[in-house]
Amino acid sequence: MLVLVSVLASFAQTNEKFVKAMEQKLVGYDSVRSNEGLQEVANSFERIAEAEKIQWLPYYYAALSNVNLGFNYAIAAGPMGGNADKVDPLADKAEKLLNKAEELSKDNSEIYVVKKLIASLRMLGDVMNRYMTYGPVAAEALATAKKLNPENPRVYVLEGSDLFNTPEEYGGNKAEAKLRLEEALRKFEAFKPESSIHPTWGMGQAKYFLSQIK
Amino acid sequence: MRSVSLGLLFIVLSSLVFFADAQVTISGKVKDRKKPVAGVNIVLKDTYDGATSDSLGRFSFKTSEKGDFVLAASYVGYNAFEQKIKIGDDAITIDIVLKEEVTELNAVTVTAGTFEASDKKKAATVLDPIDVVTTASANGDITGALKTLPGAQQVGESEGLFVRGGTAAETKTFIDGTLVNNFFYSSLPNIATFSRFSPFIFKGTVFSTGGYSALYGQGLSSALILESIDLPERSSANVGISMLNLSGGIQQLSKNKKSSWGISYAYTDLSLAFAVIKQQQDYTKVPSYHNADANFRVKTSNTGMLKYYGYMSHNKLAFTVNSIDSIGYLDKFAQKNTNFYHNLSWRESLGRRWKIYTGISYTNNKDDIKSGMQDEAKNDVLLGGLEFKTFAAENKGNYFNAKLVLEKRLKGLSALRFGSEYNYTNDKLLFTAYDNQQFPANLKENINSIFAEGDIYVTRLLAAKIGARMEHSSILDKTNIAPRFSVAYKLSKTAQASLAYGVFYQDPERRYLPSRSALNYMKATHYIAQYQKVANNQSFRTEVFYKKYEDLIKTSAANGVETAINNNGFGEAKGIEFFWRDKKTIKTLDYWISYSYLDTERDYLNFPSAITPNYVAKHTGSVVVKKFVQKWKMNLNAAYNYNSGRPYYHIGYDTASSVYKFNDRGMIPDYHNVSFSINYLPFIGKKNPKSYTVWVMQVSNIFNIRQSYGYQYSYNGFRKQEIVPPSRMFVFIGCFISFGIDRSDEVMNNAL
Repeated sequence: MLVLVSVLASFAQTNEKFVKAMEQKLVGYDSVRSNEGLQEVANSFERIAEAEKIQWLPYYYAALSNVNLGFNYAIAAGPMGGNADKVDPLADKAEKLLNKAEELSKDNSEIYVVKKLIASLRMLGDVMNRYMTYGPVAAEALATAKKLNPENPRVYVLEGSDLFNTPEEYGGNKAEAKLRLEEALRKFEAFKPESSIHPTWGMGQAKYFLSQIK
Repeated sequence: MRSVSLGLLFIVLSSLVFFADAQVTISGKVKDRKKPVAGVNIVLKDTYDGATSDSLGRFSFKTSEKGDFVLAASYVGYNAFEQKIKIGDDAITIDIVLKEEVTELNAVTVTAGTFEASDKKKAATVLDPIDVVTTASANGDITGALKTLPGAQQVGESEGLFVRGGTAAETKTFIDGTLVNNFFYSSLPNIATFSRFSPFIFKGTVFSTGGYSALYGQGLSSALILESIDLPERSSANVGISMLNLSGGIQQLSKNKKSSWGISYAYTDLSLAFAVIKQQQDYTKVPSYHNADANFRVKTSNTGMLKYYGYMSHNKLAFTVNSIDSIGYLDKFAQKNTNFYHNLSWRESLGRRWKIYTGISYTNNKDDIKSGMQDEAKNDVLLGGLEFKTFAAENKGNYFNAKLVLEKRLKGLSALRFGSEYNYTNDKLLFTAYDNQQFPANLKENINSIFAEGDIYVTRLLAAKIGARMEHSSILDKTNIAPRFSVAYKLSKTAQASLAYGVFYQDPERRYLPSRSALNYMKATHYIAQYQKVANNQSFRTEVFYKKYEDLIKTSAANGVETAINNNGFGEAKGIEFFWRDKKTIKTLDYWISYSYLDTERDYLNFPSAITPNYVAKHTGSVVVKKFVQKWKMNLNAAYNYNSGRPYYHIGYDTASSVYKFNDRGMIPDYHNVSFSINYLPFIGKKNPKSYTVWVMQVSNIFNIRQSYGYQYSYNGFRKQEIVPPSRMFVFIGCFISFGIDRSDEVMNNAL
């Protein structure tokens, strides 16, 4: 009896320890923007992921943080992107982590959202040469994310921000972007994350782009 | 029970207190060979404990764990670091040295002599395939674009790539590894023909102007290595209409995206163009071409790819020009050509870092040529003393090439490649003289080759490529061994220096075979030094080279016909070349500048002594500019090509002394050509266009500058006549529409 209690207790404890550690790292996650900060959280999530090995969420956040770091580098080269030499290794790293997440959780809309981001990141590393290759890959991943969960607000945030960021000459459309972003906000209102550590990000971005359109 | 729980609680509490007290600090510094590394993930394996190194490489974290653990450190671009540690009660200080990971991206690549225009992932790209169609002077022809790079001559009167003092026959072309015969349309007198293949079927181009790999042979000067595209992005259909041709095609990608097939057809007729643009030649049959091609591509596994490309072409033309041999008469020339080309290739990973690349190609080519003379009323005539100008020649060629390459990846980026190649040539010529006497000739040649090559990465910064090739020719009944060696050293993140050395053998040209004299291979030895610097959208490269020719064919006309007599010819070429491309300085403007200096002399064929051949200019240069104007939805392209004057000669056989002599020689003036083209993309700005239309207008020699390619002489050498382009200025207007996604997108994308 005592043995069983202590085993259960330790299991509950580890799970609690995992959730606690995750919660701690997720405090203020949305507002981490600096290269150093993103590297720090990416590393933290990777450490948790590799210690647990059976949880998809830390792999997911580690991948997402690497992608965001990559976007920082790409955008630093100019509004049309660049810095492929720095961006590519980060995209590779994110992809490796995300593949591990996908092994643990198949057909997951949130994972396809990050797949879309990785493809967009690669494209932004060298737009001139990669538009043809990664443009369709990104679009397809986002479409899959939408199919898997039409209620995922992040899908609409990305649809909207793509329309916002693309020049009108190339299919961008601010009015259309506004509609998608407003849709995203409506989805956010209805959206209930599965747990305290499931993805919730994106609302800030949606609001930011909307404020730029008005 | 209560007491038990209380006791448990006590133990838990006390242990918490105990652990809290016993936390141990692990700290240290991370660096690579030279400097601290920031952002490194340091982790006590299988725990959450760890830290990220700061800008000075420092890290520090606390852990409650005790005992044996592995401390690991990882960072993008570095090899993983692991070390066993024992955690006791004392703080641990540990310094970590990371080793930079060797990848294709950060490692040196052996580049001397080559222009790579392919691999989209590599930043070192010099020319994209799409550059071909937006280079104003290229006329949509691959070799036209390559002529704007250093190393190639601007020869306008005949087709082919004349590289660093070599003839066009010294450049060999390969598609997916196998040799292509008849890469160009059949030769015409004093008119350069185009290459047969659309630039859109290739995703990669490697243009080697010397020192190329042991995987290729039988080209004394240069190798043009083309790689066809794998699966298309998606299904599409295209139609095109221009003043020269009508075309249509489809590409179908299967639902599972594992296979695709496509067919296309084009009919070209130059009647309209020649009606507007006056030609030097008077056409009795304006050139017309039927071209069709078909392809399929199958992804045979995750790593395997099977590709087929088939091409057929049938074309006819006939024209007359004023005869230089007899005033008031016309020279008549008619040509019919039928060409079939098939290429099948397969590549696959075999596991354990082994890879196989294999392919076969087959060409069936038939040329019918009729030559003769006509009077002013266009009646066929036979003039005394000029009977030799009336003849018919029927040339049937069957060519087969097969190649197998095995590759074993060694540690890091090092690799070993070896394999064999078989080349079969069967030319049947039937020559019918004016008096209907027939002279059949047949030439069969089998070349068997084996080769091996190693890429050896000494460090990330220093790499060598060492190879050798052995060939046996059945017709020469001789074997050659050609060593190849190149080495490259990375000087900085963006700059590298390379050296290349290689020996190259080639059969004497087919028209001098078979020969009554015992002939040998012709030989060239290349020495190349290169410096290149490639940074974000800017590239600079310079090369100096020395090339030595030995055993070139010499000819004699002792019995009235020029025949090869021995391998006593020789020559050398030296020069320096520069290339600069910049897509960065001015937004949406892309330009490149190339310059080549070439000093070469050779004594071969009928040359009375060592001279600079007539296809060689000392100075050659190009400026290519491309500008995208978003507001007008237009791509504006311009190109300027220049070369200094080339020599010309008239060499005659002196029967009295049995030697060749110069009857005349001189220099033609400098060559200038300014071309301009516009691509208009009206779909830009349209929401979700269903079709993409591209309008193209191209004008070559826009300033109508007089261009001269040399002189031709009457049979007796008494008269000479300047060789000039068929027309001074040429204009092309066309419209290409694609449904689904395709070329227009690439054009637009290129302009972004």
